[in-house]
Amino acid sequence: MTIQINQRVQAVPPSGIRRFFDLASEMKGVVSLGIGEPDFTTPWHIREACYYALEKGYTMYTSNSGLLELREEIARDIERAYGLSYDPHTQALVTTGVSEAVDLALRVILEPGDEVLIPEPCYVAYGPCAFLAGGQPVYVPTAVENGFRVSPHDLEAKTTPRTKALILSYPNNPTGAVMDRESLAAVAEIAACHDLMVISDEVYAHLTYSGEHTCFAGLPGMQERTILLNGFSKAYAMTGWRLGYALGPREIIAAMTKVHQYTMLCAPITAQKAAIEALRNGERERGRMVAEYDRRRRIFVKGLNEIGLGCFEPQGAFYCFPSVAATGMDGLMFAEELLKEEKVAVVPGEAFGASGKWHVRCSYASSLANLKEALQRMERFVARHEAQPHP
Amino acid sequence: MKREILEILQENDRVTAAEIAVMLGLPEEEVRAEIAALEQNNTIVKYRAMINWEKTEIDRITAMIDVRVTPQREVGFDEIARRIYRFPEVRSVYLMSGAYDLSVLVEARNIKELALFVAEKLAAMDHINGTVTHFVLKRYKQEGVILDELNDAERLVVSP
Repeated sequence: MTIQINQRVQAVPPSGIRRFFDLASEMKGVVSLGIGEPDFTTPWHIREACYYALEKGYTMYTSNSGLLELREEIARDIERAYGLSYDPHTQALVTTGVSEAVDLALRVILEPGDEVLIPEPCYVAYGPCAFLAGGQPVYVPTAVENGFRVSPHDLEAKTTPRTKALILSYPNNPTGAVMDRESLAAVAEIAACHDLMVISDEVYAHLTYSGEHTCFAGLPGMQERTILLNGFSKAYAMTGWRLGYALGPREIIAAMTKVHQYTMLCAPITAQKAAIEALRNGERERGRMVAEYDRRRRIFVKGLNEIGLGCFEPQGAFYCFPSVAATGMDGLMFAEELLKEEKVAVVPGEAFGASGKWHVRCSYASSLANLKEALQRMERFVARHEAQPHP
Repeated sequence: MKREILEILQENDRVTAAEIAVMLGLPEEEVRAEIAALEQNNTIVKYRAMINWEKTEIDRITAMIDVRVTPQREVGFDEIARRIYRFPEVRSVYLMSGAYDLSVLVEARNIKELALFVAEKLAAMDHINGTVTHFVLKRYKQEGVILDELNDAERLVVSP
């Protein structure tokens, strides 16, 4: 038979990381700054809790929304952190990673052709998910001059009568940018004025290094129009467990639960059991990891600036997003040449959006020894290429 | 600041004061002064490498010895502990709660040497009422470092 792939699926470009991944994974002796996950293993008490659950026989389905015990812990956690109250029975859904929650949120709010504002550079899934849900992603560029924060003025300029939603993701992957309360308040004003739904992916919230993370749903009047997404991957080093959650207005959570019930049924019970342990007893280990990221961050940012790769100081997540323009190369070329010549893997900024063209993403979720080795290799590379500028 | 500096150095004493200053966002001079003070008052006792002798062909044997002691008037256990710790074979001495009093970690080249030390030196000391010797068979973890060599799970090289 002739196999016909759906046109919308065909129209989605493959992830920009893919090609690069293939190249890097074939090489030996690579120092990788390319991973978008903690280099820590999930803290032992969390893994141990999962063993215990397996021993006791927790191998079955859970309710579609997830274990009530977990939803209650999530609601308590958010209440404690931001003073926001969500009903665990009707306003919480446990998902298979934040990734699933992004997909569900977009599917339940978008009509064909609805526009979704997406500040970029950003995590690679937002645009494709919006598009696959029938919507139209509208990217809003951000720039280093403004600390990669989205400007209310730019948002306003891209808003049309078809604009339905806005996706925020601060602290940001790949830039490490955060938005303070004041900047977010200006965004909130626009959301209210144009009656936008806001999907706020705050998976890096705990990885904020200066001041407190501001939860978008906590701004006056925003809880009713915000779908708050978070998960366990980054704060508790649990990427492979695939566990996230959505909190939001009853109608939205009910609709997301409906789609989830027919597509995912429920998130894995083993991960849910582990997540309960993470929320109850994970603060100490989480704090230890965050302190460690912060130290590496300072060392690495200083190192990048010293070798001539201008880098704005990231205040969150575990990424640096230096400009490589000084070498005469764009991010893509820089990343490929650096990998070939010095075997350091970084990710071209363009994979995260057009305004990342002259940047690369470096993850400092890597040991101090690795970071120092990478800096040495990059220093050699930059020195060589500054001397012979590309045409 | 003190706790953070100590934690960093305990993990890796080759990190320089300049690097610690960057890591903690503090002036280098301040960090330098703090480390000097900590060295001065013996909070930082020593800098040294942690060695896994089992990886070498050099023979070494370790035993943990439980020692029961009659405490002495006025000096309690201190006097006897001091007499024990002055032997170079003795790597550590702790006063313990529970069924015995001192826990003594002894290192020697072979069993004979170690047995001799226990029989002739330790057990023969005044005020010592009894010893129980436990030989170390395998080290899994020492001073917070896992020595057990398991293959780490592999991570992807690049991920979003």
